[in-house]
Amino acid sequence: MHSDSESVRKSIRLYLTIGVTLLIFTALTVAANRFHFIVPIAIAVALVIAVIKGSMVASVFMHLNHEQRWIYGALALTVFFFLVLMSVPLFTILDSIGTEVHAVAVEHAGGH
Amino acid sequence: MDQVTTHGAPAHGLEPAHEHAHELGFWRKYVFSVDHKVIGIQYAVTGLLFLLFGFSLMMLMRWQLAFPGRPIPLIGGWFGADKAPGGIMLPEFYNQLGAMHGTIMVFLGVVPLAVGGFGNFVMPLQIGAPDMAFPKLNMASYWVYFCGGVVMLASFLAPGGSAQSGWTSYAPLSIVNQGAQTWWLVGMIFLITSSLLGSINFITTIVQLRAKGLSYMRLPFFVWAQFVTSFLLLLAFPPLEAAGILQLMDRVAGTSFFMPSGLVVSNKIVTTMTGIAAPGIASGGGNPLMWQHLFWFLAHPEVYVLILPAMGIVAEIVANNTRKPLWGYKALVYSVVFLGFMSFIVWAHHMFMTGMGTTMSAFFQTTTMIISIPSVVILTALLMSLVGASIRFTTPMLFALAFLPMFGIGGLTGLPLGLAPSDIHLHDTYYVIGHFHYVVAPGTLFALFAGVYYWFPKATGRRMNDLLGALHFWTSFVAINLVFFPMFIEGLAGMNRRMYDGGAQYAHNKAVLHWNVVQGYAAWGLGLAQLFFIVNFFMSIKWGKAVDRNPWEATTLEWSAPSPPPHGNFLTEPIAYRAPYEYSVPGAAKDFTPQFEPERA
Amino acid sequence: MDMNIPYTVEHRPDTGLANGKLGIWLFLGSEVMLFGALFSTYIILRVGAAEWPHGELNIPLGAINTAILICSSVTMVLAWASLKMNDWAKHRIYLVTTVVLALVFLVNKYFEYSAHFASGEVPAHTTFLAIYFTMTGLHALHIIGGVIVMSYFLGPGAKLWKKNPEQFANRIEYTGLYWHFVDLVWIFLFPVLYLL
Repeated sequence: MHSDSESVRKSIRLYLTIGVTLLIFTALTVAANRFHFIVPIAIAVALVIAVIKGSMVASVFMHLNHEQRWIYGALALTVFFFLVLMSVPLFTILDSIGTEVHAVAVEHAGGH
Repeated sequence: MDQVTTHGAPAHGLEPAHEHAHELGFWRKYVFSVDHKVIGIQYAVTGLLFLLFGFSLMMLMRWQLAFPGRPIPLIGGWFGADKAPGGIMLPEFYNQLGAMHGTIMVFLGVVPLAVGGFGNFVMPLQIGAPDMAFPKLNMASYWVYFCGGVVMLASFLAPGGSAQSGWTSYAPLSIVNQGAQTWWLVGMIFLITSSLLGSINFITTIVQLRAKGLSYMRLPFFVWAQFVTSFLLLLAFPPLEAAGILQLMDRVAGTSFFMPSGLVVSNKIVTTMTGIAAPGIASGGGNPLMWQHLFWFLAHPEVYVLILPAMGIVAEIVANNTRKPLWGYKALVYSVVFLGFMSFIVWAHHMFMTGMGTTMSAFFQTTTMIISIPSVVILTALLMSLVGASIRFTTPMLFALAFLPMFGIGGLTGLPLGLAPSDIHLHDTYYVIGHFHYVVAPGTLFALFAGVYYWFPKATGRRMNDLLGALHFWTSFVAINLVFFPMFIEGLAGMNRRMYDGGAQYAHNKAVLHWNVVQGYAAWGLGLAQLFFIVNFFMSIKWGKAVDRNPWEATTLEWSAPSPPPHGNFLTEPIAYRAPYEYSVPGAAKDFTPQFEPERA
Repeated sequence: MDMNIPYTVEHRPDTGLANGKLGIWLFLGSEVMLFGALFSTYIILRVGAAEWPHGELNIPLGAINTAILICSSVTMVLAWASLKMNDWAKHRIYLVTTVVLALVFLVNKYFEYSAHFASGEVPAHTTFLAIYFTMTGLHALHIIGGVIVMSYFLGPGAKLWKKNPEQFANRIEYTGLYWHFVDLVWIFLFPVLYLL
């Protein structure tokens, strides 16, 4: 059983280690920002780091690395629909017919 | 008649000593109760009242559509000069009625009755549980719903009237509109929260509190339907809650989530072209389509929330009144799960006319056609269950039988809407209104009536009157078809929906305008027909024929509890010994073998 | 008054779960969809924008807030762990620390928001600011919700430890799951809004 007193005591070290790792990765994210990548690369880098950090929180702090099947199932369903929500409206709006009108780029310092 | 073995352990809810040392006062017993049966009845009665109110709004609309510009008789003076001066309905008031009719019927009427009412009352009994997994959360769900209802009703009294941009609240109209759209958004946030809390409760209860011996494939189909419905509510509602917050920000904080650049309303510039706000002008740069995506991401699964519990109710009643097991139980279960899953990826078939390119249009047409398959499987299984049956034409069975062809018509008329080429002609016409009303009105609503007649004895210990039930059925059945079938004719002729003069301003509608008059009389007749139900309902609570635990000679677990069940539901621990629909088992002494009886009789 | 609902504390054998564990994860699933809709809106707004502002947000303060939330996640899980090891005093210290860190986060956000409002950077000004304020605002509401729940367990709710220690530990665990989720959302919000 993963949540009896003894195994919890052994996990304390892991929690602290993950905590420090998360802080390091946060510093990494800010540092990566200084490298002015082109936008697609910048997005990829930021998301990769965020996913790594998120996975650590989910698997260790939220005990997902030893959870039950029902939880995994509910989460898998959620993740699938989350991805649908991220991608399908975007694809639909990009795949459009007709003439598009964009907001006009503005000259700076108060002019309009 | 029915034998309930009384040996065995006392049921969980009634373990002796401790809690029940004191009797609960009136308020904790009947108003702020945590008992799923009380909460279920609260949901059901509130839902029925909202259905009546929403129906009344429509009866008003039907007057304007049948006789545009004529003063409303008798009650025309009730609405004041800002809504109906001289009793003549203003277009703005028509739009308010239209938007609120849809909102109230869907979110305050059908879902609370179907899920909050039937789900809460029946499901724990059918799985042999003493109550829901989270009783206090259950009570909270009801009162949050109630608050949402109060906000929605109160919005009629706001200056400018209630929300009037359709139940779909499309931007930018919903944002620039002067009516109480803000109240609608606040009300929706209450209602969505209530549904979310309820769905968590339902799923946890079904997974965790099933009685001994009740495996998933022995669950009554009604429970499977509620299970899938709860997942739809859990995962599809939050995006609409988010969208509601965004629209609130647009209306209250002047943001432009959904306000495009360069919007001009009534010759006044409302948003800038630059995407940066100027004094008194919103920034623009938003996308009205995003509202539609987030809205329909919920609203499509929502229509399955409307139909699935109804299918569950019909399945129970069909099995019971054919005295046969349901045909194709496994197919029903796999279909309803697949249907729930697919319902999340078809939503933009409501958006074919928004300038969608052929790739995404093909995607949504494909998923929409695929989703029709499990619907057909479910309908076929229910129809096949009638073959070779000895049908008992009880009142619930009348309504359940009518559901089948009515849902068939509703479903079939959805096909040309789900295919883009035909949808071009039919979108936003009365054809659409006819399609979805067939599914929800002679479809779901009939199933819900069937459920009331069926489970009334369990809830009250009395039966409803059969003659009044038959009168209710036949008058409603004729009237409801007269209301909705002509809509297909009007729609195919090109009559647009949401027109306050019933389409009279367009020449192409001339040939079909007379149907508005037919529909008007049919609607008022349908209203009168409900009197049979209302009288029967209240009369039978006091004077209905008293019954014992299992008046319908049914097989599922709820019929082993007393009628009405006490706090804790079962006197001894319920155990399921077999599948849910063991009717007419060869060699058995009686024509039904309940789930809860240890030996075959 | 509450009847005896099975599997409130002990695990149901075939699922291995107590009711509350399943309930809180289902709730978090719905929260994923809630914030997901906002992230989806962010994507649509940004793709449709002629230009997207940079440098308007206080990156150092955002980074500090990220670190604060991460630390609060650590203290939160330690608050639960202390209960499992029967150390009531440590549990109280860690839980109070979590609340304090959460309040510091909120104070920082208050300073950030005030600075924006003072220079006319209000939600109505651009869609970037609109989505920034809405997403961080909704996140802040979730932080406040967490603080309220934790305060309850520091206050009147603590009585349950005497009556039913396992149930109390479970409730702290579920609170922790919610809190880690709030941290997780910020782990994505910070780079997306502040850095990209």
